[in-house]
Amino acid sequence: MTADQPAAARPANPVAGVFDGVEPEPGVPKPDPVLVADDITKHFGGLRAVDVNHLEIQRGAITALIGPNGAGKTTFFNLLTGFDRPDSGSVYLNGESITRVAPHRLASRGMVRTFQLTKALTRMPVIDNMKLGATGQVGERFWTALLPVWRRQEAEIEAKADALLERFNLAHMRDEYAGTLSGGQRKLVEMARALMTDPTIVMLDEPMAGVNPALTQSLLTHVKSLRADGRTVIFVEHDMDVVQDISDWVVVMAEGEIIAEGRPDDISADERVIDAYLGSHHDSDLFDEFENEQETDQEDPDEHA
Amino acid sequence: MSGESWRRTLPHPSQRSWLPQPSTRASLVVVLVFGAVLGVLMGAGSAGAQSEDSGPQAIFGQLDYEDVELQEDIAVPGVVIEVDGVGTSETDNNGEFRIEVPGPGSYVVTLDVETLPTGINLRNPENNPLNIEVRESSDQRVLFPLIEGEAGSGGESGGVSFRRVAQLTAEGLKQGLYLAMAAIGLSLIFGTTGLVNFSHSELVTWGMLSTYFFNFYGLAGVIGFLAPLPPPFGGGVNLILAAVLGMLCGAALGYVLNRVVFRSARQAGVSLIAQMVMTIGLSILLRYFFLYLFGGSPRTFGDYAAQRAVSIGPIELTPKDIVAMSLSVVILVAVASYLEMTKMGKAMRAVADNRDLAESTGIDVERVITWVWVSGAALAAISGVFFGLDQVKWDFGFRILLLIFASVTLGGLGKAYGALVGALIVGLAINLSTLVIDAEVKNMVALLILAVILLFRPQGILGQRERIG
Amino acid sequence: MDWGFILERTISTMFGVEVMVFALAAVGLNVHFGYTGLLNFGQVGFLAAGAYGLGITVTYLSWSFWIGILFGIVYSIVLALILGLPTLRLRADYLAIVTIAASETIRLLVRWRRSQEITGGAEGIGEFADPFYDVSINPFSVGVRYEFGPFSYVGRDMWVLTVGWIVLILTVLFVRRLMSSPWGRTLKAIREDEDAARALGKNAYFYKLQSLMLGGVIGGMAGMLQVIQKGSIQPDTFNPVITFTIWAILILGGPGRTWSPVIGSMIYWTLIAFLENVLRDLPEGASETLDDTIGLSDFNISQVRFMLVGLGLLLLARYRPQGIFGSREEMALDDR
Repeated sequence: MTADQPAAARPANPVAGVFDGVEPEPGVPKPDPVLVADDITKHFGGLRAVDVNHLEIQRGAITALIGPNGAGKTTFFNLLTGFDRPDSGSVYLNGESITRVAPHRLASRGMVRTFQLTKALTRMPVIDNMKLGATGQVGERFWTALLPVWRRQEAEIEAKADALLERFNLAHMRDEYAGTLSGGQRKLVEMARALMTDPTIVMLDEPMAGVNPALTQSLLTHVKSLRADGRTVIFVEHDMDVVQDISDWVVVMAEGEIIAEGRPDDISADERVIDAYLGSHHDSDLFDEFENEQETDQEDPDEHA
Repeated sequence: MSGESWRRTLPHPSQRSWLPQPSTRASLVVVLVFGAVLGVLMGAGSAGAQSEDSGPQAIFGQLDYEDVELQEDIAVPGVVIEVDGVGTSETDNNGEFRIEVPGPGSYVVTLDVETLPTGINLRNPENNPLNIEVRESSDQRVLFPLIEGEAGSGGESGGVSFRRVAQLTAEGLKQGLYLAMAAIGLSLIFGTTGLVNFSHSELVTWGMLSTYFFNFYGLAGVIGFLAPLPPPFGGGVNLILAAVLGMLCGAALGYVLNRVVFRSARQAGVSLIAQMVMTIGLSILLRYFFLYLFGGSPRTFGDYAAQRAVSIGPIELTPKDIVAMSLSVVILVAVASYLEMTKMGKAMRAVADNRDLAESTGIDVERVITWVWVSGAALAAISGVFFGLDQVKWDFGFRILLLIFASVTLGGLGKAYGALVGALIVGLAINLSTLVIDAEVKNMVALLILAVILLFRPQGILGQRERIG
Repeated sequence: MDWGFILERTISTMFGVEVMVFALAAVGLNVHFGYTGLLNFGQVGFLAAGAYGLGITVTYLSWSFWIGILFGIVYSIVLALILGLPTLRLRADYLAIVTIAASETIRLLVRWRRSQEITGGAEGIGEFADPFYDVSINPFSVGVRYEFGPFSYVGRDMWVLTVGWIVLILTVLFVRRLMSSPWGRTLKAIREDEDAARALGKNAYFYKLQSLMLGGVIGGMAGMLQVIQKGSIQPDTFNPVITFTIWAILILGGPGRTWSPVIGSMIYWTLIAFLENVLRDLPEGASETLDDTIGLSDFNISQVRFMLVGLGLLLLARYRPQGIFGSREEMALDDR
């Protein structure tokens, strides 16, 4: 965000001005990239789902990954977080390759993600959901679990979890089953649980999807507070308006490629972006797509301007 | 304490059928939970003909083998025994045979191994034919010990020869074709509902058994008190008509299961895992219901039971096998064109590919699922009929469950054509494997295939990887 | 009908060998399914692994009984690895398919003519359990019948029961301790959502493998106790119906609860014993009527029981997947 935005409307932005000299074009280098993706491709049954030449994510900023439905955002997200393997290309976190690293190893390296369909662990109390996020608990190993050696660590983790629940206004739900929470509360639990891993990068897959509009604002505030903590945030969203408000940098995907990058204001004026969005609303005859055994993550090529 | 009870063996193979006389069976139909459809089973197994005790001297005996599962002796009916120069006889439902001989003396008794059910063999093949001495004023008992699985001690007959490979290929093709019909339904049900249906194999048995009952008790004869009517209403009907009726019964059971059990479960939001446990429960319920009604002994259909194989080049097949294999090819081609050409067929594939997307394009998903259950069950029933040409048994479906699942997984869960390809591969692989391993354990090859596929290509040969999240 | 006799026999069942063996096997399945969400439809395979691990060591290798116990556990772990390594990275359904297939394959393999030398083939293995009864701390004499109020057991069973129930209770307490630890919390998280656990840094594959091994070893111990009581190992007792009975017991008690396998097993076997005792003790006229109308006789009562197991499993999974004592609330949370 640039300095001409009204500063009083939000908490102080630690990365204000950092994008000032950065050109709004796909693949542009950033001053201090924390995450870099190179030549990432992924095919599903012969169809290209993701094909990203180069992408750098600025440290400490909120980066939005947007695009119409089926643009390959979630697939790209899965490739970055190790939940899916790219056919080619590599991903670097703080300069180290994490290309074929299993997803569970990324949490201890400071990268954590949430999911589009909220994965609250429904038949576990909220506090247990939170405690699960802690890394390095020795009691998670089979033999040490039998000994009382993990109790003190557990108390520390519990205190940390309680503090986070307080921050996310969930303290009153502490001992309820996560399944009893509302959709918005589940999103909050998932975000708070992710913070238990002390991440440097938080990756949120559609954090606003299916959330009651009254809660959206509170969620956005929490996302911004992550940046205030000094964490990098990447989030997937298909609604342009949400992005406008909170992101420092926007990356636009369509048909698996990055078609534009820039500050929110650059993006809202970009012709290609507008075309990509309008194109996605002509979903005329989806049924025909079955004839070609189409993967749902793909768009009809004609729709790309 | 009834300490032994849970592993107590099942009832001794009393040769008498437990089933009551036809007239009382009708009332039973109402009593049992399974509803009218299952009523057809009520005409089950009547007692075999009594062997005569009087008359001149005879050579007699009884054919049975020990069932591995039930630990009981199972009679083998429909086997042709010949006494050289005197005559032949076929074993009855109790496995008994009796051939009268003109008088004392030496006779040669031959068991026609072609007429033995599949999987049943002579324990000592070298003791066939047997030389029998019939003495004055007493009947002579003949023993032909049988076992399940490959014939005893002797090594594999012949090793690898062109003839043997050709024969095994033909048999593998036969098994693969029949398996394919059972597997397609399972795959489509999984594709459209996400449910792994462990009771699918019981639909195979169901087709086999209901055909058997129509074959022996006719259209109305299965309802006890109508039995005295003339054929085709009372008494048995020809196997071909019975098979069609059995297929309809299969379709009906598929409809009922979906409608009564699984549709309501889906609507009540029962989780897929709970539904999977439901299919396990359903499978064991049906299986033991079949055992209760049908008894543990294997039987054969009333028609075409004992056919001699004809040679086609190096291959020997019975005419019924040839007809059934050709029919399965026709049926499978029909299924494929149905899936390709008709609106419902396309909808089935669409729902199997992506249920939500299909729903959003206006496909009535519940209707598609109903059709998938009905047609899948009917196909499983036909598969059961064809398998039943060799042997009709209460737990047949369960015995091939592993093969069906291996086929479906091999082809890719949820893919109709995958199931077809997978079934053919499994059929060929397990039959050809007997070139190097005992036939007794050939089905383990299917497990091996399953493990290898899961390790190296879990989405199956025709499947695609799924996206997470 | 002699109701007193029927009740007495039924009550004795409550702490009998079947209850103990099946409860232990269900504790293993509870670790798999109740806590980790693994669909193991081949638990009987682990019973067989334990039993044959013991039997083969004692009779074929001629090693001591106690080393045999150790081998029973090793066999169970090996089986868990064989089943788990290829399948646990994949969708849950694949484990279900492979376990059901493998448990049947094990049975065919041990009763195979060519493995007769090692496994005893179809006849199985006998005479391996004597050291268990000959230990000096066994206070019961074999020929005596012990009675405590309505409970009555023969001396041989008394020793198996004493050891078995101690093993069972210790195992339940052991599992409870594990499940209330962070390790158990991770298992439950994997049960609820594997991807969420992975995103939070948990190696779900490894945890599932550990769970499969732990539950498998408990199943193997159940198998060993069972064959020790019988004094022989017969391949055909390890048939799939045993697995499904264990499932019925677990769901009856409620998966994911500490004592549910024990309670489920008691309810199940008490009900079965009651039904069988009543049916076998019917007045002449009644049993004849049953025989005439639906052909139900002593011969096929057990078939009816298996049908009831199936029907029970079907209805429980449909209407009370959280067990008969589980709360409705918990069921509503199950939104998978």
